[in-house]
Amino acid sequence: MQEFLEFFSFADANIRYVTLGSVLLASSSAVVGCFTLLRKRALVGDAVAHAVLPGVCLAFILSGTKNPFILLIGAFVTGWLSLVTIDFITSRSRIKEDTAIGLVLSVFFGIGILLLTSIQHSGNAAQSGLDKFLFGKAASLIGEDLITFSVVAVLLLLVVILFYKELTLLCFDEAYARTIGYPVRALELLLTTLTVFAVVVGIQAVGVVLMAAMLITPAAAARFWTENLKVMLLLAALIGAFSGIAGAYVSYTAPAMPTGPWIVLIVSMIAIFSFALAPGRGWVARLLRQRRNRTQILEENLLKLLYQLGELKQDFYTSRSLSELLERRSIPKGEAISGLQKLKRQGYVKRDHQSWTLTTEGKKRGRRVVRLHRLWELYLTQYLHLAADHVHEDAETIEHIITPELEKRLLEELNYPDLDPHSARIP
Amino acid sequence: MILQVDNPVVEVHDLTVSYDRKPVLWGIDLTLPAGALVGVIGPNGAGKSTLIKAMMSLLPISSGYVRIFDQPLKQVYNRISYVPQRESVDWDFPASVFDVVLMGRYGNMGLFKRPRKADKDAAMEALEKVGMQSFANRQISQLSGGQQQRVFLARALAQNADIYFMDEPFAGVDIATETAIIQLLRQMRDQGKTVIVVHHDLQSASEYFDWVVLLNMRLVASGPTDKVLTQELLEQTYGGKLTLLSKVGDLLRRQEFPARETKVK
Amino acid sequence: MNAFWIILTGSLVATCCSLLGCYLILRRMAMVGDAISHAVLPGIVIAFLLTGSRDSVPMLIGAGLLGVLTTFLIEFFHRYARVQADAAIGVTFTWLFAIGIILISVFAGQVDLDQDCVLYGEIAYVPLDLWITESGLSMGPRTVWTLSITTLLIILFIVLGYKELFLTTFDPAFAAAIGISTSLWYYLLMTAVSLTTVASFESVGAILVVAFLVAPPATAYLLTDNFKVMLVLSVLLGILASVGGYYLAVWLDGSIAGAIATVTGMEFLLAILFSPSRGLLIRRKQLQPV
Repeated sequence: MQEFLEFFSFADANIRYVTLGSVLLASSSAVVGCFTLLRKRALVGDAVAHAVLPGVCLAFILSGTKNPFILLIGAFVTGWLSLVTIDFITSRSRIKEDTAIGLVLSVFFGIGILLLTSIQHSGNAAQSGLDKFLFGKAASLIGEDLITFSVVAVLLLLVVILFYKELTLLCFDEAYARTIGYPVRALELLLTTLTVFAVVVGIQAVGVVLMAAMLITPAAAARFWTENLKVMLLLAALIGAFSGIAGAYVSYTAPAMPTGPWIVLIVSMIAIFSFALAPGRGWVARLLRQRRNRTQILEENLLKLLYQLGELKQDFYTSRSLSELLERRSIPKGEAISGLQKLKRQGYVKRDHQSWTLTTEGKKRGRRVVRLHRLWELYLTQYLHLAADHVHEDAETIEHIITPELEKRLLEELNYPDLDPHSARIP
Repeated sequence: MILQVDNPVVEVHDLTVSYDRKPVLWGIDLTLPAGALVGVIGPNGAGKSTLIKAMMSLLPISSGYVRIFDQPLKQVYNRISYVPQRESVDWDFPASVFDVVLMGRYGNMGLFKRPRKADKDAAMEALEKVGMQSFANRQISQLSGGQQQRVFLARALAQNADIYFMDEPFAGVDIATETAIIQLLRQMRDQGKTVIVVHHDLQSASEYFDWVVLLNMRLVASGPTDKVLTQELLEQTYGGKLTLLSKVGDLLRRQEFPARETKVK
Repeated sequence: MNAFWIILTGSLVATCCSLLGCYLILRRMAMVGDAISHAVLPGIVIAFLLTGSRDSVPMLIGAGLLGVLTTFLIEFFHRYARVQADAAIGVTFTWLFAIGIILISVFAGQVDLDQDCVLYGEIAYVPLDLWITESGLSMGPRTVWTLSITTLLIILFIVLGYKELFLTTFDPAFAAAIGISTSLWYYLLMTAVSLTTVASFESVGAILVVAFLVAPPATAYLLTDNFKVMLVLSVLLGILASVGGYYLAVWLDGSIAGAIATVTGMEFLLAILFSPSRGLLIRRKQLQPV
């Protein structure tokens, strides 16, 4: 707890810088990730991330220093090369994109590992710390490194804001962008460059291996909360930033822990939470919606039954017993009772002893369901030429879903009919 | 004009098929006679491929049932053959023409069994029928569109089934191939096989088929060619979209409504 | 002798991975293979904690199950939560891999694995972990035994299911139409991939598994048009890479797994440039469709 307060009071200047740095790194890669995700090239980021390693090692071997600028240039060169290679392989041979990505990813990373271990075994004292690139270490970002990478992150964000319109169109409809004279090729290059830069700065936080998560996961999570791209970018950045802070905190409290996996774990939990619980698109929301549909179907079926019985006996306001209802249509008894009780609470039916009576409201709603049912049956026979004995089942569903506007259209197209295909009156 | 036949080879009853909850075919009731060359015709997006795929249980159905030879599909797999759309597979696949044709025999071979001489002979014979015997060892990546279609046809022939479903076998093939294919289909019909073909060209339809099914989200007509290919029925098929129908379909998808109150078994 | 055991281990891993990889790349599922090879990590760590051993059958099965679970999870995210397909893969495997690494750090004392080993394995130590029978007879390295059995199983699987695997890979719709279950063979294939990954993981690490799954099959795919030849060729290429990689690693004093992956990449480079039938630098008569 004390550590928690110590960290989040941000009293220590060092903590302030590290936090700021992690937030910038994580959010800038999340923002760029949104565009690669929408372009359906999410996994390309994974290949770039792995391909950065040989660049870093080569830069170290050639320069002999760990100057962040030089390492960054090395990383940039091989990251870029990996993307060019993927494009080259897919366009010039019959190898498909997923294979090309897997190939470039594993081979570049293999070369990186070979170089890295070779450097480690060489006994060069300056090398220690290079392996931080594998799993990231937010808290060790200090001084020169921090300034360099933060500047790049800010630049990335600025470029995205500047080219927002163009990038959006590129992801949404490349062909259209081309026809209205956008330099699509150049924009692709821009997005590629942005991806490489995002990876290069992002690996400071989570490392090479899990970098793909920083590009893909915040974007995939944000996608579930909104249909608006600007909001999505903002949300992805926030999710990235939050996990960045969390990573810096883990790095601070438990220096032995690898930071990257913790950041990824947190961001993944946010994403899975979003997949499950986001309103609208989330899995639970959809289950709930389906449940609501089922209740609505049950309630309307009960009202319909009461109405039909009333129609039969030409008396809508006499009470009917449950068995009378279930005789006409088999509904599990428990379900029927709980449905009726709910209808009573909503004021559609009244209860006396063991019997149920429609209220005027209930009669109105029951009548509407019966009307829609018969209208739809008529529509199916007239427009789809279905046999009269085949339309009932379909109408059983559709009667619950037709909106008032569609009802109006239906009446117009059917020319305000009186009878359904079974010669029953349409109320 | 929807003619139902007695002792049908294919019986489709109240079939509704949905993609992502939106019905693309509504309440199809259809019976097809044995030994006929049947054309399934309709505009783009009418659900022609969907219909034959649903007949073979390649797609989940929302309501209704399909019976073939008066039995559920599971019991008659070995009497059914399918010629998918040419573009549905990767022709860069490392396989020879003969490999592909031999696949037609897999269904009858059973698990773990390897192809025997009889299977190889049947495959070769099928290749001869489509005039491709000299291509047996050719790699499939080196075939032209028409040749690819012939190979697919040979694969189906090798199966020696009783009913054939073909998805656009005439799409993008040269005239020579088209003529060869239609002659072959006629021979098959004359041997008492039933051939159901998804077709998009109205001009040739009247000449090719003896039975035509007109489709546009719902069944418009089904019957002998000369009775079905009338101005009026074609207008019903190609003209006038049923906007109400697709609006209701959209609603079903958006609200995640079940296509039927009770699930089909 | 050590060199022999190391190269043998590499070759066994190469054999099972390359065989399965041929199916993966033709099904356009190379990245699912990548995902499984990362996602089995938590399963391995947990099985390790529970059984306390390296090469036990429970460990193979437990961790193998997690691999199959990964494919279910990807399916679930994609189909029920409607996450875009590539994103579903990316989210799933990074998440599981992260959990694995964290578990390793938390139980650092109890688990005989470290973060680096997860990535590039400890193939150099394979000859040290010998299987010595009660009578004191040395049977050679344990890992070699586990991998030999796995390799045999995989070969058996491919021989017995050859035509079903071939057909469901080439034309799943036709397979379904003649009554062959595509999802059954899909999950069998994924089970085989996870089993292979788990058996190979410790000695060669995640990255070489991916390299073997993708690179030799892709190289063979450029060299031949015959599927059976492609299977055999990719195994040969994998074995060749194991030999070459070993000596490259000795020369550079680096990771053997990294070196082998590098060699598979070089093989691919040579094939794409000089393949007799479709090399980019080979001048050849254009084949005309007749």
